[in-house]
Amino acid sequence: MIHFVLLISRQGKVRLIKWYSPYSQKERTKVIRELSGVILTRGPKLCNFVEWRGFKVVYKRYASLYFCMCIDQDDNELEILEIIHHYVEILDRYFGSVCELDLIFNFHKAYYILDEILIAGELQESSKKTVALLIAAQDSLVETAKEQAGSISNIIAQATK
Amino acid sequence: MGSQGGFYQSKEFLDLVKSIGEARSKAEEDRIVLSEIETLKRRISEPDIPKRKMKEYIIRLVYVEMLGHDASFGYIHAVKMTHDDSLLVKRTGYLAVTLFLNEDHDLIILIVNTIQKDLKSDNYLVVCAALNVVCKLINEETIPAMLPQVVELLVHPKEAVRKKAIMALHRFYHKSPSSVSHLVSNFRKVHIMWLHLFQRLCDNDPGVMGATLCPLFDLITKDVNSYKDLVISFVSILKQVAERRLPKAYDYHQMPAPFIQIKLLKILALLGSGDKQASEDMYTVVGDIFRKCDSSSNIGNAVLYECICCVSSIYPNPKLLESAADVISRFLKSDSHNLKYMGIDALSRLIKISPEIAEQHQLAVIDCLEDPDDTLKRKTFELLYKMTKSTNVEVIVDRMIDYMIRINDNHYKTEIASRCVELAEQFAPSNQWFIQTMNKVFEHAGDLVNIKVAHNLMRLIAEGFGEDDDTADSQLRSSAVESYLRILGEPKLPSVFLRVICWVLGEYGTADGKFSASYITGKLCDVAEAYSNDETVKCQTLMEELLASHSTDLQQRAYELQVVIGLDAHAVDCIMPSDASCEDIEVDKGLSFLDGYIQESIEKGAQPYIPESERSGILNISNFRNQDHNEASSHSLRFEAYELPKPTMQSRIPPASLASTELVPVPEPMYPRESYQTPVPSVSLDAGSSELKLRLDGVQKKWGRPTYSPATSTSNSTLQKTVNGITQVDGASTSNSRTRETYDSRKPQIEISPEKQKLAASLFGGSSKTEKRPAAVHKISKASSHVMEKSHVPKYSMEVASEKTASVQQPPDLLDLGEPTVTSTSPLVDPFKQLEGLLDTTQVASAVNHGSIAAIESPDMMTLYADTPAAIRNSDLLSGLSNPSIINMPGDTTTTQPMQSSKGPNLKDSLERDALVRQMGVTPSSQNPNLFKDLLG
Repeated sequence: MIHFVLLISRQGKVRLIKWYSPYSQKERTKVIRELSGVILTRGPKLCNFVEWRGFKVVYKRYASLYFCMCIDQDDNELEILEIIHHYVEILDRYFGSVCELDLIFNFHKAYYILDEILIAGELQESSKKTVALLIAAQDSLVETAKEQAGSISNIIAQATK
Repeated sequence: MGSQGGFYQSKEFLDLVKSIGEARSKAEEDRIVLSEIETLKRRISEPDIPKRKMKEYIIRLVYVEMLGHDASFGYIHAVKMTHDDSLLVKRTGYLAVTLFLNEDHDLIILIVNTIQKDLKSDNYLVVCAALNVVCKLINEETIPAMLPQVVELLVHPKEAVRKKAIMALHRFYHKSPSSVSHLVSNFRKVHIMWLHLFQRLCDNDPGVMGATLCPLFDLITKDVNSYKDLVISFVSILKQVAERRLPKAYDYHQMPAPFIQIKLLKILALLGSGDKQASEDMYTVVGDIFRKCDSSSNIGNAVLYECICCVSSIYPNPKLLESAADVISRFLKSDSHNLKYMGIDALSRLIKISPEIAEQHQLAVIDCLEDPDDTLKRKTFELLYKMTKSTNVEVIVDRMIDYMIRINDNHYKTEIASRCVELAEQFAPSNQWFIQTMNKVFEHAGDLVNIKVAHNLMRLIAEGFGEDDDTADSQLRSSAVESYLRILGEPKLPSVFLRVICWVLGEYGTADGKFSASYITGKLCDVAEAYSNDETVKCQTLMEELLASHSTDLQQRAYELQVVIGLDAHAVDCIMPSDASCEDIEVDKGLSFLDGYIQESIEKGAQPYIPESERSGILNISNFRNQDHNEASSHSLRFEAYELPKPTMQSRIPPASLASTELVPVPEPMYPRESYQTPVPSVSLDAGSSELKLRLDGVQKKWGRPTYSPATSTSNSTLQKTVNGITQVDGASTSNSRTRETYDSRKPQIEISPEKQKLAASLFGGSSKTEKRPAAVHKISKASSHVMEKSHVPKYSMEVASEKTASVQQPPDLLDLGEPTVTSTSPLVDPFKQLEGLLDTTQVASAVNHGSIAAIESPDMMTLYADTPAAIRNSDLLSGLSNPSIINMPGDTTTTQPMQSSKGPNLKDSLERDALVRQMGVTPSSQNPNLFKDLLG
């Protein structure tokens, strides 16, 4: 299973992190520091896997962002690599050629999307279409709510004038 | 920035992100974040915040926490948000809660009620959001509150909900299998429900089916046998998936639902493990996938890798193994490091089933071992660890230690150190080597080594073989003492190791008379001074001084001494000067010199000294121990059984030991062990080795089975005997050069450095049992072909050779395979006995050869590769001629056949045939599929 997903920038800034196994606050900071030290310093042609504390971390770099997933010893690394890519493709489709800034400003969106792909540390949905539909359903909800909120605030604004 | 869909953050948030992005230092960033935290703290507790605003605050909190700052003050607000009626707000609350809280957080109890309510909601999006939280936050205590509702949701009309409900169940099962099965009175019922779901949904929604595989995988891992009936359905699903029956939406990079395929293959691997019938059902579909997979894409390779895992786990099938081996070689040859890594991993899985495939990839493996990529290197070490045998242990452990010295990662260092120790204990070819290896491990891994290892080492040195062979033991001890004295000169030693050193020096420093007690104690005093800050070592050292003079186990007294030392500074000062007067200690057998201190201590309130009688009792014990060796024969029960073979062996010994001195062409490799073997009557060594075999349950395990190594060296001796005197050297060299040629011709396109070849040879040379036995065959055939070439060698010598080899090859049969049928077929008991006489010398030869003369050994080993297939082929031919029935022996390895055949009635004839075949110049083929079918089919 996947123990956590970590997105870090080349400068070592965390862009997204999701824990599927329990880690205390202290461990979390330590894990992030340790891993960014290991991964950001690796050369370009080396393999995308790092053995770390008895686990394996699979990472892939997209532009200035590193996508990392920590998995068990007996998991299939190549599969995880493709799960990362699957996620990136969905992000790309959603944001329209995604870039780091999209993820910085809309990290909560990235979380929602991740929640539709991975759950409890396992891949729950491998169809991009299904994920896109679900996200769209949630977003339409947001849109309607926003319209309502907008109209209400207009009314209030007019009333208070 | 996010332009789509108006993600509606306030200006403040955008400014925050921007200013953090522009921060030039970590300190500046921290300042910005801290002021943000202050703002949030103030604002968030204001009354009557609009929901929209609150939502934004929460998101800002998440952001702050992501940057590594503490946002715990806002957790309660996130929890409050989950209670909101509006899904929009609720969803943000749920997201924040899953990110903030762990499953054991106190606030979770406040959410449980909300989740329960939301699971009943009409809006499937609300249910989905709630299920997301369930998967993350529900712990063992709250599972009972959720379980019934989650089970109900398994039949929800929306597939997204079903999927998440399945995953939630999967999570519950992970967290506490017992509570799940306890709550649902009949767990099988739940499983059947899943099964229904998954069969019903096989056509409907592949996503749900894919999700169902997760919990099923867990269930099957726990209890394979109750799910055997599912094999057929899994196979048919996999078949359908591979045939693209699933909707196009599940294709990924032109592969049909690869993630589902991988999951299914994992499940099949579990179900087929050790189950021939279940495995047979899978062969076709796995074979299909092997063929269909697109090996140019990454995902295709992921599926292929999973296929290999599956093949290596299920009951072996030669065809599948072949395709697996093909894929592995493709992986290893690839330029991509990822694929190389997967190839090495796959290789280490497959090597358990078919050890011979490692040979084909030896150079690739060595490349990986020398790769600058640490990950790849470690994986390769893992492979080597798995394929370590008594023949290649030295090279592998040396490599491991080299690597261990160079890394800083303590976690991995500990692991590799323990692996080194494990391998050394299992396969060590000689005592010296073992001690040296342990020294290195201790020196470099230091305190990372488990303390138990140190105790084991001390016990080993103390007990030696545990046999009545004290010469070897004392040799072992004195070599240990020597090496430790040398090591003591090093500036800084880890405390564990130092303790071992002190103990051994104290115990055996003077045992062989080479070093005077004063020298040893002087050294120990130096240690005491050098490490004066290390209290345990100091005590140990002082203890050792006492021990040094008496060679008895005075630990009890030493502990008392420790207590004395612990009393106060003055007492310690009193004892320290005694270091100077160590000569006194040596002379004073009664330990009366201590009385003063003891008295002093007693006056200060220490425990009274042990009475005289008790002390003499201890001394008696020590005496008894000394006598132990002399009285060995009086342990009648233990030794009588082994006394019997002695006479027969004794008669054989003279020729054997004679051969041993002659047989190795180069003199130097013999000498380290030779020097210590010669004074020993070889009878005792034999007896020792046979006893070793029988008393495997202890320290003795370290030395592996003595039966393993003979093959190579026996062949040596036969070679020696065959070709008398001078010609023998020629033979060896010619064969070497010839094998080089064949080897090169097999891989002409790559230029391989000799060191690499050497390494390959030493690593893979004895990698498999199967390989070692052809060695003997090969050598004979070499010898015979050599005879053919050089006609001046008298013919009768060849006859002798063939007879000898026949006899000599037998023990691997008997001992390695332990197949009763084989023994019964061989009436030649006498030569077998003769061979036993050879055993020890051969062990010595092989052991020595390996470490020190890799240069000479490796070409020999090379010949093994190059010619093994040839030997196998020959044997096939021969066995067809002389002993056809043997081929069909089930579970036998290929190489037994040559031996069988050469054992046949007209040996000379067959050998000549063999030589003839060689002369005809048939190129060796790498594998014989028919043979495989017989063996594995």
